[in-house]
Amino acid sequence: MTGRLIMTADEIRRATVRISHEIVEKQAGTAGLALVGIQRRGVPLAHRIAEAIAEHEAVELPVGALDITFYRDDLSLIAQQPLVKGTDLPFDLNGATVVLVDDVLYTGRTIRAAMDALVDFGRPQAIRLAVLIDRGHRELPIRADHVGKNVPTSREEIVRVHLLETDGEDGVDIERVVGVVAEPIAG
Amino acid sequence: MSLVVPDGTGIDLATVVPASGGPGEVHWSHRHLLDLDVVAWPEIELVMRTTDAMREVLARPIAKVPALRGIGVTILFYEASTRTRVSFEVAAKNLSADVVNIAAASSSVAKGESLVDTIRTVEALGADMIVMRHATSGAPYLAAEHFGGSILNGGDGWHAHPSQALLDLYTIREHLPGGPDLRGRKVVILGDVLHSRVARSNVWSLTAAGADLWLCGPATLLRGFERWASTSGDMPGHGRFTVTSDLAAALRDADVVMALRIQRERMSGGLLPSLREYAARFGLTLDRLDLARPDVLIMHPGPMNEGVEIAPEVAVDPRSVITDQVTNGVAVRMALLYLLAGAAGKPRSTSGG
Repeated sequence: MTGRLIMTADEIRRATVRISHEIVEKQAGTAGLALVGIQRRGVPLAHRIAEAIAEHEAVELPVGALDITFYRDDLSLIAQQPLVKGTDLPFDLNGATVVLVDDVLYTGRTIRAAMDALVDFGRPQAIRLAVLIDRGHRELPIRADHVGKNVPTSREEIVRVHLLETDGEDGVDIERVVGVVAEPIAG
Repeated sequence: MSLVVPDGTGIDLATVVPASGGPGEVHWSHRHLLDLDVVAWPEIELVMRTTDAMREVLARPIAKVPALRGIGVTILFYEASTRTRVSFEVAAKNLSADVVNIAAASSSVAKGESLVDTIRTVEALGADMIVMRHATSGAPYLAAEHFGGSILNGGDGWHAHPSQALLDLYTIREHLPGGPDLRGRKVVILGDVLHSRVARSNVWSLTAAGADLWLCGPATLLRGFERWASTSGDMPGHGRFTVTSDLAAALRDADVVMALRIQRERMSGGLLPSLREYAARFGLTLDRLDLARPDVLIMHPGPMNEGVEIAPEVAVDPRSVITDQVTNGVAVRMALLYLLAGAAGKPRSTSGG
């Protein structure tokens, strides 16, 4: 990590556990709950939340993975097609309370795309949103139900979530980048 | 690790995408798909992976995603076709593209409009991509010179049929006993190789995959291929490439046998004594398949002349993957349309999305 560390591995763990409690508390139990991680880093986060819930509630929640690539609103704007990482929703969404999980909430466009994708699979009873980092700068009327950490940022900054499963280590850093070559794709 | 913009759909940062993608990430780099000779193996693998994702889409209750919303796809066929035309059309519709279908026989082509004129007209009417089939080899190359969008070759004369070769490769990789790695596996293309754009495109992809490729048929229908095979050391992938009229040698221990259609409409000048003689000497029968591996895959690009190049009982044998080829055609063509749409000279935005 090259930027300023804003969340350590321990803090990520505590935030994940707290979110897992909040999800169960809001639902008043675990009935009908399903977790759906948004590719890419939302998927391991969803699994971690499910493991935490399994620990304190002794219930195994269904966990899915959602790739929102085909639902992006900027496919006609970016120069090259993003790589598709795959969707796997091995349960019935109809009537379920789906908690979308992502690493960073920013403009809200990923979540808009994710909701469009989800409703193509069925009609959930409710869709909720859990994110590890909310960095502000929303461009759509979208709000997270469960937030690991609110981080005030400027648009010139980049927030990077590193997870053991995808990056070999846990941590979140922030860095000011001006004119740096960046990939348009994130989880 | 690579630098990643959080919340990918907002391209608020002045995003500059490197032309070659990040390390380890392969991106599609071709504006047109005319043949596979210029498509490198990592890009072919990208098509295979993207096809996997499209198969997942096809398995959904609503098999439709908005990826190509607002993109005009014109299907311009100057030659008869069912499976290629329909599967391109279904593929484009599954991606929410706006599809226009032109059958040349009922268009102004019948009034003498030239190919270039037709391409310009179709572009003026809003096409971003043209899927084209033409009886003249090379016609899509001419079209590509006069079209601002992307041309997908849906088959040109004897020359190329890249989407067919890619769906053949996908089907082989899906069903090959022992896994998808084709290196050293014996693949036989049998029949009217001379007139076959399917065979020509398959030569590129199968040798790139490292297959031990055999082309087999009557000598009159193999003309020109011996010389190609003798230069195969220069081809990518370095798969072996053998051309022979010895059917037994070709079929022995084969992993895959692909029978080609005898193209009666292109047959002239005494290339074959008769269809009956062809069937007797080169028809794919169950007896002959005994020479191949017991779990050999049987393929045919269709439409079949049953009883000529392939016996009816071979076509419906449990080892036949001919219907899988048709099914996979839609997913492969969705992948191609999706990948090409990203390379089709789109306006680049540097401001917020």
